[in-house]
Amino acid sequence: MSFSAFLFYVLAVILLASAVRVVSARQPVHAALSLVLAFFTMAALWITLGAEFLGLALVVIYVGAVMVLFLFVLMMLDVRQTDQSPRWRLHLVPALVVGAVMLAEIVLLIVNGTRTKTESLETSASMENTRELGELLFEDYLYSLELVAVLLLVGMIAAIVLTHRQSRFAKRQEPAEQNAVRRDDRLRIVSMQAETETEDDTVHSSEKREH
Amino acid sequence: MPGLEPTLTHYLLLAAALLVISLVGIIANRRNVLVLLMAVELVLLSANLNFVAFSAYYNDLSGQVMAMFVLATVAVESAVGLALLILLFRRRGNIAIQTLDVMKG
Repeated sequence: MSFSAFLFYVLAVILLASAVRVVSARQPVHAALSLVLAFFTMAALWITLGAEFLGLALVVIYVGAVMVLFLFVLMMLDVRQTDQSPRWRLHLVPALVVGAVMLAEIVLLIVNGTRTKTESLETSASMENTRELGELLFEDYLYSLELVAVLLLVGMIAAIVLTHRQSRFAKRQEPAEQNAVRRDDRLRIVSMQAETETEDDTVHSSEKREH
Repeated sequence: MPGLEPTLTHYLLLAAALLVISLVGIIANRRNVLVLLMAVELVLLSANLNFVAFSAYYNDLSGQVMAMFVLATVAVESAVGLALLILLFRRRGNIAIQTLDVMKG
């Protein structure tokens, strides 16, 4: 058994164990940390497959950003009180049955597949994985890349709009209300007697002015 | 049957095992939505392993480009999912799954 085979089996065992831990941990924090371990292991597997840039991107983006986001949300919400449901194992048996059937089907398909040759995968054909990936990404898949960028923008706006809370002290214009204003809301015309200055009033006020 | 040296079959089997573990977690999980989101991340990670393995098998980098697109999509999904989770927590005070039966017929 070569070293790469040994590495594959070690990483596979760690990956599956951490995946089991993600779905079975009682504390959500433990699940999140196990997911970090799973991401790290998957990054190592991808690097052994020759996808160096993707493996490093997985570590930087997922371990560095997405899981930190998960942990932030975890700390923000009080999840301890959701942990007291004794009936959570009720669905374990049907879930295991469904999982076993699915696994059997997939394994049968893969093992009996026509495309599964027995030679081992050749890893890292060239040393410039990142450069080739970039050329492919910015030439052949440029429109897809821009669509993904738009998707990221939409997701960002959606997340901000969903969680934004209106501040009570915010001073801002409401264009809809401004446009909906009628003349009657602002101006009231009353009919009344016209006021005229009498002689006494003028004398009185001029005296007052002299004082 | 696959031998001892890792071939494409080994990687596909590993991805299938990862997929089934996370699906069992999704079905059996009754506790909170956050762990559900993590299991969904695992499902998409196993799909990505397939992309990368086939990319190495055919010696074609397009699979890695697709894996990168999937990574971006999963990042968006988790961001929006966490935002919805925060909204849920503000409205109901907990994120347990068994209390989410408002639309039950």
